[in-house]
Amino acid sequence: MKWIGTIATVITGILLLSAIPDFAHFGDPHSPANAGVDGHASISQYFITDTYTDTKVPNMVTAVLADYRGYDTMFETVVIFAAGIAIFAILRSFSPAPTPSQSRVVDSSVDGDHQRIIIGTTCRLVIPVIQLFALYVVAHGHYSPGGGFQGGVILGASFILMALGKDLGAALGRFSEKSYLALGCVGILIYAGFGVMAQFLERNFLDYEILHHLMPATGPVMARSHSMLGVEVGVAFTVTAIMFAIYVNLSSKGRLDEGL
Amino acid sequence: MEFLNEHVVPYFNYWVYVILLMIGMRAMITKNNLIKKLIGMSIFQTAIILLYVSIGTKSDSTIPILEEKDESAKAALTQTAESPQTSGDKSKGTDSGSGAEGENKKKEKPSKYAKAQPDRFANPLPHVLMLTAIVVGVSTLGVALAISQAIFREFGSLEEDEILTKIKQGGAGGDV
Repeated sequence: MKWIGTIATVITGILLLSAIPDFAHFGDPHSPANAGVDGHASISQYFITDTYTDTKVPNMVTAVLADYRGYDTMFETVVIFAAGIAIFAILRSFSPAPTPSQSRVVDSSVDGDHQRIIIGTTCRLVIPVIQLFALYVVAHGHYSPGGGFQGGVILGASFILMALGKDLGAALGRFSEKSYLALGCVGILIYAGFGVMAQFLERNFLDYEILHHLMPATGPVMARSHSMLGVEVGVAFTVTAIMFAIYVNLSSKGRLDEGL
Repeated sequence: MEFLNEHVVPYFNYWVYVILLMIGMRAMITKNNLIKKLIGMSIFQTAIILLYVSIGTKSDSTIPILEEKDESAKAALTQTAESPQTSGDKSKGTDSGSGAEGENKKKEKPSKYAKAQPDRFANPLPHVLMLTAIVVGVSTLGVALAISQAIFREFGSLEEDEILTKIKQGGAGGDV
């Protein structure tokens, strides 16, 4: 039966390859995606030329992500949160392991101790640096490559490193199940909260401009920039929590007792 | 050889994406192991992400982040200010549009960031779309791995045919 799949794949590939000549050449600045069609400027050109005057954010990707396409990003965050909840619903089991601590006897020989000293010390040195860098990536997303998703993943990775380097219990002691589920919710509530606040001030959902009434000494343009930062923090919270939740549940078969 | 020069070399990047996509699709369809199917799904996603990012590239452009004004940026700005007259009809429509917008905003106080020229920065839109696509890819992969772990717990196997025979024999059965 495998040949049917292979034939279907080859037919799809041939159809796609036959469409290739319609595409623009690599790096062509005048392709329809980059320059628009027949004198109508592409939306991306507006983003490049006017993002800074609109929002005072030099990083266009962050501005488009969190402001112009804020609705999309909000539900992107909801997708991540839903994935975390789905994994919790599929895997999490509260019954104790059928054969407790038989499958994994801790190797207490001298060799194992040495390994744990090296790995533990390295983790203790590296994890704070990773977490500090993650906060930098979140907070500096306006001015350099970065933002909520990237910083959140780095922050989640630092907790995963903690779980790998020591054991799952140590990581869960720092970041318990209750707190990561709560943090995931808080992130989405922060994001939606910015949108709802704009609605309370008689604007559209996620229309940050009006929020300058709530921020002392900021104009409408800077209000968009600051609101983007707040929104990115919310995204970072959710991503951190759900990345850690995915790892923790997958590595312990949903029992959260012992990891890899 | 002629075929290569005419159809493959100028569109080499698209060939790579189609081939990656075919690898991923074949893995998803024909592989027996569920984890291998997921690996195929990831390869498929990578092909799409590469396609989008390559659509947003422009030759001689930088990442879509404005840089503070300095000597090199000034030099580049004067270059690009001269280029519209020389670059011909192709870019006339779009350049005139952005030029008019630029005149409207001249009265603003000078900022420390240079006015952006569309040809100097990569297209930010595909980057944004793919940023979110990567995140969705991670969450779908996480859910898929969780489901396959639950399947393994139920059937004791990740091979598709073994799972199917066990289902035909009469349900899951907790005897694993």
